[in-house]
Amino acid sequence: MIRRSSHRVPGLPALAMLVFFAPTALVFLSLGTDVISATVEFPVAPPPLTPGIFPCSSCHAGMEPDTTKRELSMHPEIELRHAPEVITWCFSCHDAKNRDKLHLVNGNLIDFTESHRLCGQCHGTTYRDWKAGIHGKRIGYFAGGRRIYFLCVSCHNPHDPKFKPIKPMPPPAGPWDRQNG
Amino acid sequence: MAESKLTRRQFLGTVVSAGVAASAFTLASCSRKERESFFQKHFLEMTDAEKKDLVAKLEERYRARYGRSFNVSVKGAGRGILWGYGLDLSRCIGCRRCVYGCVKENNLSRHNPQTQWIRVLRLRKGNLLDLEKADHYYNPPQVPEPDYFYMPVQCQHCENPPCVKVCPVHATWKEPDGLVVVDYNWCIGCRYCMAACPYRGRTFNWSEPKVEKEEWNTEVHYLGNRPRFKNVVDKCTFCVQRVRNGRYPACVEACPTGSRKFGNLLDPESEIRYLIDKKRVFRLKEELNTEPKFYYFFAE
Amino acid sequence: MEAWRFYKKTLKLVASGSPVYYAWCLFLICIILVGLRYYMVQINHGLIATHMRNEVSWGMYIANFTYLVGVAAAAVLLVIPAYIYHFKPIKEIVVLGELWAASSIIMALIFVLVDLGRPDRFWHLIPRIGWLSFPASLLAWDVLVLNGYLVLNIVVPVYMLVKLYYGKEPNKKLVVPLILISIPWAVGIHTVTAFLYNGLAARPFWNASILAPRFLASAFCSGPAMVIVIFQVIRRISYIKIEDAALFKIAELIAYAMFLNLFLLSAEAFKEYYSDTLNLASLRYLYQGLDGHRVLVPWIWTAFSFNVAAFIIFLLRWTRKWLPTLNLGCLLVIVGVWIEKGPGFILPGFVPGPLGEIYDYIPNELELFVSFGVWATGLLIFTLFMKVAIPIERGDFVHTRYHKDAEPLVPGR
Repeated sequence: MIRRSSHRVPGLPALAMLVFFAPTALVFLSLGTDVISATVEFPVAPPPLTPGIFPCSSCHAGMEPDTTKRELSMHPEIELRHAPEVITWCFSCHDAKNRDKLHLVNGNLIDFTESHRLCGQCHGTTYRDWKAGIHGKRIGYFAGGRRIYFLCVSCHNPHDPKFKPIKPMPPPAGPWDRQNG
Repeated sequence: MAESKLTRRQFLGTVVSAGVAASAFTLASCSRKERESFFQKHFLEMTDAEKKDLVAKLEERYRARYGRSFNVSVKGAGRGILWGYGLDLSRCIGCRRCVYGCVKENNLSRHNPQTQWIRVLRLRKGNLLDLEKADHYYNPPQVPEPDYFYMPVQCQHCENPPCVKVCPVHATWKEPDGLVVVDYNWCIGCRYCMAACPYRGRTFNWSEPKVEKEEWNTEVHYLGNRPRFKNVVDKCTFCVQRVRNGRYPACVEACPTGSRKFGNLLDPESEIRYLIDKKRVFRLKEELNTEPKFYYFFAE
Repeated sequence: MEAWRFYKKTLKLVASGSPVYYAWCLFLICIILVGLRYYMVQINHGLIATHMRNEVSWGMYIANFTYLVGVAAAAVLLVIPAYIYHFKPIKEIVVLGELWAASSIIMALIFVLVDLGRPDRFWHLIPRIGWLSFPASLLAWDVLVLNGYLVLNIVVPVYMLVKLYYGKEPNKKLVVPLILISIPWAVGIHTVTAFLYNGLAARPFWNASILAPRFLASAFCSGPAMVIVIFQVIRRISYIKIEDAALFKIAELIAYAMFLNLFLLSAEAFKEYYSDTLNLASLRYLYQGLDGHRVLVPWIWTAFSFNVAAFIIFLLRWTRKWLPTLNLGCLLVIVGVWIEKGPGFILPGFVPGPLGEIYDYIPNELELFVSFGVWATGLLIFTLFMKVAIPIERGDFVHTRYHKDAEPLVPGR
């Protein structure tokens, strides 16, 4: 009685992959640095940087790196409240010499577009879940290569990651409510 | 003796002919459109051509009635698909954005009656499944609150659905891809399915749904979020209009903390299969043997 | 032609009567019209015009439906075994009992119809033409058995009456099997109605094995009580002689049925209160109130005290055999069982809801007046049935050709 449909789950056009990688590819080209192959694995949205702040080297290239822990004259909005026993100061994650990069524990430099590798060093189990697609906000298409990933920093502020409570949306109208009849 | 027999036959004859005459008169006084919609077949018995006709008729009716141009889909289930849903209880903060995302996407009535397919429960920590202590109407200034956690509940799309079992006219059934759907043009509004559902999965259109003209979502499916009318049952369809095109349901997209997961249970690479394998999932009221496809879990 | 003349005569019979008859019919017609007016509001606005909501999706209409199915079942179960066992005082009034059963079933079916959201789609329930979900859905079963029961309880009395009209004996070979089948069918309709609720695992208050026996026990209380009242009315207005012995026998039956009903209630109460699981909540809502929601509590305790009082009245011989107390007992039973089996059964099934919601459903004006209208419809139909049936049984209304040969089936003046 029920007619079986002969539709297939849409396949994986190479063109779609290219469309998603184009923004990240452009970022690399503009940086003029080595391409990191891990980006191909996760088609992530671009990092949510404040407009105009990147590339950091535009200001920092001419400065002497000063690694003493102090009150910053620039970047006043950044309050570092993230595992103080592990993350002592900015340079636990940011590279002192090349401000356009972050550095991993083993010293390797990575781009901001791959910051998930940095977070994944401490948050391993979450990183594993994120790679499988079960951590974090999901939007768009869930099947095949049309999936989009958000970077960790798209939702979590890396400097002050604890979520603030939000106002809930209104409760439902009860059956006795005038609004419900 | 012969006379009495005649009387009996004549008695039955007059009753039947009176009945036929009454119905013929009623039907003759309707317009052709009304007659056609009165006699509309069950959706599952329609051919593709009839479905196309139906779509054209509905789109025209919606344009006339709501002043918007709707796209009604009758897309069927794909092969090798069984939709499953995951809900991360360690992340839900009870903000209800899923509820209102669903309302917007599925053209639910905003008031008189207010229909919400998703209901978020607030439970006290330590009291996971005592649903009788659940608070539906919590409204603190901010969520999450320290002593509570939150559990959203909607239609669980059971594999062994009690609602399908009890419907007297087959107005609700389980599609091949596992979605439990309602043919709104066949439902007689007896509400037996609502009594049978253990999860408050089904709601009733107690009156004509109230949706502002600009708020209509015009991408609709016949079995899903098309504009309904008063006195029929409706329910969450896992956004049939989206998922059969590969997109996440609206509630998944609305959730700000990423508590909601969705995928094809028959695809070993899917997110939902991953989480069932790696996390400890449970389902509500499993002792009722309804086999829901809505898996709750704790990511951490 | 013959049939047409018969109808014309019945119409004349129905259209003329005593002033009391006119007053009664007019009273009922007024109630029906008011009910219709309110029903139109419900049709236009949707069921939002009632107080039913998602939390309690069945209310007054289904409560009355449940009660009336019991009344219909009991009417037949009472009257027909007496016919079979040749219990003379009751034997003559089988037809009247069956017509009362038919009227009750008509009321029950109309209650379902007014409860439906889309009554214009009732044709979806017709097998072959619509798509009736038989045997999976208990409502489908109910549609079949209730309508079958209605046909049975109209065909058999009409056949017997028409035969009487012509002064002939009914063909025993035709009638007796049909009458015999009415007995299990009557048990069937009430069991199916009980199973309708019983099969819902989602509602622990209903998902109890005690439901079907309890339904039958309470049906055997309210049905016969109504029959006692009706027979006294018939006796008064129509000179059909119904002996007191018949009434007292029925009353004795009610005593046993009420004992069973109260016993089953105590069994239910023990199981819930002693095991003290979360499922106790529904019974507690009914008898004590839940979280301050106490709307049903006074009603159910009234019903309980009515039932116990009636039990005592029917148990003690001197109260059972004295008409004033007998009638008081009947009234107490009718009201008590209505509360217990109507709202006292339907509403706690929905409270607390599957996710713990509590909604104090109280029927509103519209539901009350539509319900009155349906009751009035059934009573009017029964009155009209009686207006034709009693003269036929008495031998007053017969075909002219057979008039002088006609013997009254029922002894009287």
